[in-house]
This record gives sequence, structure tokens and C-alpha cells, in this order.
Amino acid sequence: MINKVVANADVAIADITNGKTLMLGGFGLCGIPENCISALVKKGVKDLTCISNNAGVDDFGIGLMLQQRQVKKMISSYVGENAEFERQLLSGELEVELIPQGTLATRCLAAGYGMPAIFTPAGVGTEVAEGKETRNFDGKDYLMEYAFDADFAIVKAWKGDTAGNLIFRSTSRNFNPVMAMAGKITIAEVEELVEVGELDPDHIHTPGVYVHRIFQGKDYEKRIEQRTVRKLAD
Amino acid sequence: MVEQSLSAARKSSHQLIIKLTNQKMLDKNGIAKRIAKEIKDGYYVNLGIGIPTLVANYIPEGVNVVLQSENGLLGMGPFPFEGEEDPDLINAGKQTITTLPGSSIFDSAMSFGMIRAQKIDLTILGAMEVSENGDIANWKIPGKMVKGMGGAMDLVASAKNIIVAMQHVNKAGESKLLPSCTLPLTGVKCIKKIVTELGVFDVLPEGGFKLLERAPGVSVDEIRKATAGKLYADDDVPEMVV
Repeated sequence: MINKVVANADVAIADITNGKTLMLGGFGLCGIPENCISALVKKGVKDLTCISNNAGVDDFGIGLMLQQRQVKKMISSYVGENAEFERQLLSGELEVELIPQGTLATRCLAAGYGMPAIFTPAGVGTEVAEGKETRNFDGKDYLMEYAFDADFAIVKAWKGDTAGNLIFRSTSRNFNPVMAMAGKITIAEVEELVEVGELDPDHIHTPGVYVHRIFQGKDYEKRIEQRTVRKLAD
Repeated sequence: MVEQSLSAARKSSHQLIIKLTNQKMLDKNGIAKRIAKEIKDGYYVNLGIGIPTLVANYIPEGVNVVLQSENGLLGMGPFPFEGEEDPDLINAGKQTITTLPGSSIFDSAMSFGMIRAQKIDLTILGAMEVSENGDIANWKIPGKMVKGMGGAMDLVASAKNIIVAMQHVNKAGESKLLPSCTLPLTGVKCIKKIVTELGVFDVLPEGGFKLLERAPGVSVDEIRKATAGKLYADDDVPEMVV
């Protein structure tokens, strides 16, 4: 088996230079590649285009990269939890393309499946449709949306083996598997890195063929955005 | 011209709302309770953020439903007990939740795949405006709110059955049931039913809001004044049972 293991996040992102397009997995702060984001902040690489469902919060996730003005453009579906993001957007420092969440996910999927474009009804008749080709199938209009073209995809998995096979845990799966398939170079950070043979082939979510670099992550904070609990019954 | 008449309509609705606050209307839980009656046994349901989330609290006993959370979960359970929160297990509102026996987890592409393929029976979501031809606006206020549409555009474009749960008027006292939406659209001609604190409405295929039920203690006349769009009501509109 091909060994894809690199030492740490710094090594994994070493060739990410200014102006690159990155996909970052996660939904809210759930399943985000914390180690790689820290390494990108430390490296100080700039003018990045980031494709990610959300933009983190002010002091965590992609919010850390926004604080350092490392992001030139965000492509997201929902960016509501970040005051610094909103400030940069309204002042024109940050370019933002808001797209429907399903369109975002499926444009990743298309890239990973080798399809140049998809047709989706999401956004028909809205400003999302402006300038896009529309096709009618069976009486219903669909927008043509292109597969993403990203230099790097950075994902977080629960377990992975040295050959790059990945398993995700619970709803931290979200965008991670589809982004893992979509990057020209895919970097995976995992909570537990194991030897080949230790993961059941039937349980693999992302086959290692899609993953170019993998490393054992550390110090996961896994911050909760909305801690909601129920009371024990009296 | 259209805007002028719209603002006139809004002005009159504004005046009415001041009076309406003295009436016995439904609160958010009342709206949720009424919508819960639309849920049938065996439904897969997607609940949006806000009032729709409350609907889960009122699903009648014996009605088995599976709640979808579009970040990748079918079979959303209640909030966890304190100390049992799992940061890897959240809903689309980023709240900590639990799974249930029979739950399944999947990625975001599959989540919207099942939405697009109409495997979800019912979608309940909030709105800022609904027009009398069924257009909905709920994601953007130009120059003010730039949060994004999340999954709303996918849901309204594909769902076979959508109920809008919302207040009848906005915070400024303006009607949210309009001849046409003034805010950027989320979807066109997709809303068929609306439940507000004043009543239950169908959006007619030929255009216009048809009043199906009045909230307890609210008259047709009051509802008419609070509705900027075309309203159709029979002589004898039944009172909502909640």
C-alpha cells in the first residue's frame, strides 16, 4: 500500500501558497480541520479563496483566517455567526459568493465523480440564477452549476489509515467526504491514525485513492456552537 | 406605482396591528401546535430554524415521524441530557442533539440528494415574505442581513409539500403576505400553505391567499386588514382548533 502519512499539519500544508483555492470541510464548527487551519494561520498565506459551508465564528475555525485577512474570497451557503466576516464583507475587503447548500455539496460531488456540471432547481428565479444557463427537463427549470475546481481540499476525519482510507464520525461527516473527493490535492487530518488492515474495508467512507496526505491530528477543541440540553425528568 | 400602493397597504396593516396586540392571538407555540396537525404517520420531515423547530414538541402521540437535519441526519432525537453533549452530533441549527434507534448519518451531498429527489414528505420553514403566487423570501435583506440561504433554496425548489410558519406581520408592523415579494427571492411559486398567529392559508394556484381557518378570537375582517395580498375568505370560516 502507498504510504500517505506526513508528520503534521505544517508539513501537510507546506505547498499551499498565496492565491490558492481551498475547500475546507465541516458544518458550523463540527468536523472542521482544526490543525490545518491553525497551520495556515501560522504560515500566514494570503489571498485565498475558501470554499466552505460556513465561515467559522470570530475566534475559531475559518474566523481565525479572516482575522488575519488571509481570505480574499469565501464561497459559502451560510455565514451568519461571524461579526468580523460581516464587517469585511460590508467594507468590501472580502469577496463573498453565497450559494445554496445543496448546490455547494453537489458541485463537490461532481468534481469527485468526474462530471463537469450538474443541474439543480435550487435558485431558479432568484439572484443565484443570474448569468447561469437554464435547462428545462420535463417541464421544470434547472440551473447548470459547474463542478468545483479546487487546488486543495482539507478535511477532518475520525479515523484514517496510512493508505488514506477515511471513516467519519456522526454528523461531523457533513461536507468532509464530498470535499475529500473534490480536491486536486486532498489533505486529511484524523483523530486516530492506524496501520493499513486495521479498518474494515466495508466501513470506509472515503477510499484512500482520493486522499494524498494524511496525518495524526492533535489537541482537538471541538468547540460547540449551540450547547442545548434537556433537563432530567423530575 | 406598485410600491406606492404596497406601502399604503402596509401602512394600514401597521395601524391594525397596534389594535391586534390586544387580541387573543396564537403565540409561536400555538403556530407550531397547529402545524403539527399537518404531520401524518410515516412522514419524513425537515424542520427549519425558528418556529418550525418548535413543531417537534407537538407531534401527536402515535404519529411516527422521522426528522431530517440537512447537515446529514435522519432520525433526529431530543437535546442531550447535560453532560452528554457530543460536539460531533449537531443539527442544522448547530445545536447539540441526539440520535434515536433507527437513525442514519450521511454526507451533505446525499442529504440534499434525498431532498431533491423528493424523498422528504414535508418541509416546514420560516419566511420574511410570501407572495400571493407562492414566491418566498427568507434569506437576505440587502444592505442589512447577509447571512446566506443555507439549505433553504434547495428545500423550496424541490420539496413537494412546504408549509411556511411565520408571524403574519414583521417587527415594523408590515404584512408578510404580499401581492409580490419585495426582498430577494428564495424560490418561486413553491409555497402552498401558510400558518400564522392569525390563521391558516392556502396559496391558490391562480394566485391569492385563501383563508382556511381563523385563529381563536380573530375575525376575518382583522385578517383581511393585516394581509396586503389578495385574500379570499368564505362567509363562514371555521375557528382553528389547537
